[in-house]
Amino acid sequence: MSQATMPRVINAPSRTKRFLRALKRFWPLYLMMIPGLLFYCVYKYAPFYGLQIAFKNFKIRKGIAESKWYDPWWFWFARFWQSPSSRMVVYNTLIISLSKMVVGMLPPLIFALAINECRFRGYARVIQTVSYLPHFLSWIIVFGIATTMFNEGSGVINQLIKSLGGTPIPFLTSNKYARSMLVITDLWHSIGWSSIVYLAAIMGIDTAMYEAARIDGAGRFRQIWYITLPNLGRIFVVLLITKVGNILDGGFNQVHVFMNDRVRSTIEIIDSWVYTEGLGKMQYEMATAVGLMKSVISAIMVLGTNALARKWDSALW
Amino acid sequence: MVRSKNDSIFEWICTIFIGIIGLICVVPIIYVVSYSLTPMAEMLKRGGFVLIPREITLSAYKQVLSDPNMTNALKVNVWVTVVGTTCNLIVTMMLAYPLSRPDLPGRKFFVKMIVACMIISAGTIPTYLVVKNTGLVDSLWALIIPSLVTVYNFIVMKAFFEGLPTDLFESARIDGAGEFRILWQIVLPLSLPIICTIGLYYAVSHWNTYTAAIYYINSQEKMPLQVVLRRMINQATANEVSADDVIPPETLRMAAVVVATAPVVIIYPFIQKYFTKGTLAGAVKG
Repeated sequence: MSQATMPRVINAPSRTKRFLRALKRFWPLYLMMIPGLLFYCVYKYAPFYGLQIAFKNFKIRKGIAESKWYDPWWFWFARFWQSPSSRMVVYNTLIISLSKMVVGMLPPLIFALAINECRFRGYARVIQTVSYLPHFLSWIIVFGIATTMFNEGSGVINQLIKSLGGTPIPFLTSNKYARSMLVITDLWHSIGWSSIVYLAAIMGIDTAMYEAARIDGAGRFRQIWYITLPNLGRIFVVLLITKVGNILDGGFNQVHVFMNDRVRSTIEIIDSWVYTEGLGKMQYEMATAVGLMKSVISAIMVLGTNALARKWDSALW
Repeated sequence: MVRSKNDSIFEWICTIFIGIIGLICVVPIIYVVSYSLTPMAEMLKRGGFVLIPREITLSAYKQVLSDPNMTNALKVNVWVTVVGTTCNLIVTMMLAYPLSRPDLPGRKFFVKMIVACMIISAGTIPTYLVVKNTGLVDSLWALIIPSLVTVYNFIVMKAFFEGLPTDLFESARIDGAGEFRILWQIVLPLSLPIICTIGLYYAVSHWNTYTAAIYYINSQEKMPLQVVLRRMINQATANEVSADDVIPPETLRMAAVVVATAPVVIIYPFIQKYFTKGTLAGAVKG
């Protein structure tokens, strides 16, 4: 400390000195950060140490460090790819998250545009508020509501089908409809909430552009086409990047809730498989190996799409 | 300004379209509520679809709330939500405030370290092993501590703090206030909108907690509401309505769904007005 107060030297002080000086001046701020940083170190970074069990013959008694390395290091990876369920699980994950992405991309945008075009502001605000609500319901609640609507015996839709003389459809318990149910409920859950981002972006557009267009005689539709949409391009790409990064997720919580034995073969995804195999059957090594592959691919995808988007961006502006 | 005929048709289409979306969002919820309140006799008389019941019965709620599993789960949920949200908010604020100060040495490094968690993660099993080694398995703290600070909420809060006028802090510092006092007496009152919004996000995620519970909790008496509810829904679907049931399982199930949703729906309108503000703050920086 006494060194820090030494005569002001003209050449830059050494690293340690700078550090001590910063500490002296900012110590309350650093102190404040300790709980949060500790949380990130322990629960986000320390788990990386445990990744080594993907290459080991893990014995819980011995612990992570003492367990022996497997001879071909790819043993668990190979074992996963040879297992009959691996292809199914990967395929299901991709198809479910791609469908969610494709189906879920445009409706919130159209919804946001329509809200913005609506003249009755009070009415539009009520609709907006109501449309956010599903986002705050848990997947179990959504599942409860979905059963009420789509249940084979007593669901509203099937009552309707029956009263029209058709045979009831097992929406929730048949492989044919299981994935569509996931996609539909996901859309219902997120349409209003995802539109917020677009609405915020629309509000940020310079109104002078619309005035100029109006003077030039552009109708509402043309204003949307030539002003609003091009201005939303950027936010659209940002959302796309996050979605692409999550492509191997597929939504564990939702899938776990909608799961039953009759639909397992179409909606079992990587995460739910890791859960049942890893935590359920205690196959820690293989589940870790699969999780590791998933994390690596996801990270590459995010960084890759981000780099692509940057290129596209600079080309556009 | 003159409005053309085409424009007004277009507006009407939009108005009707958002109306339909709004109905799709809310009708299923209303239906579940009315189903849980409608006596069986009226339900049968009106063909099974009742949006506004003429008569109301609370018997399904009485039965749901007298179920010990349910009351126990409600207690777990209230505890986790109250304690969890408080911890979340305190730690997130204490992390976001220092890192919102542009002059803090090492700021960039810490922010990068936190944001990187959005892109990389070690996966389910290694995280489970850490939770286990820190002694949290089968403790209610396992529902709180492993998700103490969400990166997204951290970013939103930091962005908000960065927008606060720095002169204010400067003058407080000259008056001799310490950093903790500045956070408590100046930053906190100025940031109420963002704290409400983020508090709501955290509270809802605690109330809806499910994944953490099935990962880390083993004892039945520590299971939160959503896990208990799922079991209930599956049971009700499995055995179909029999004539001698006083209250059909279907109605019970919906009453349980309503009980589990009610707290969220009740606080929702009060905090809802802050949403756009909060999300905007995130959108600017994020």
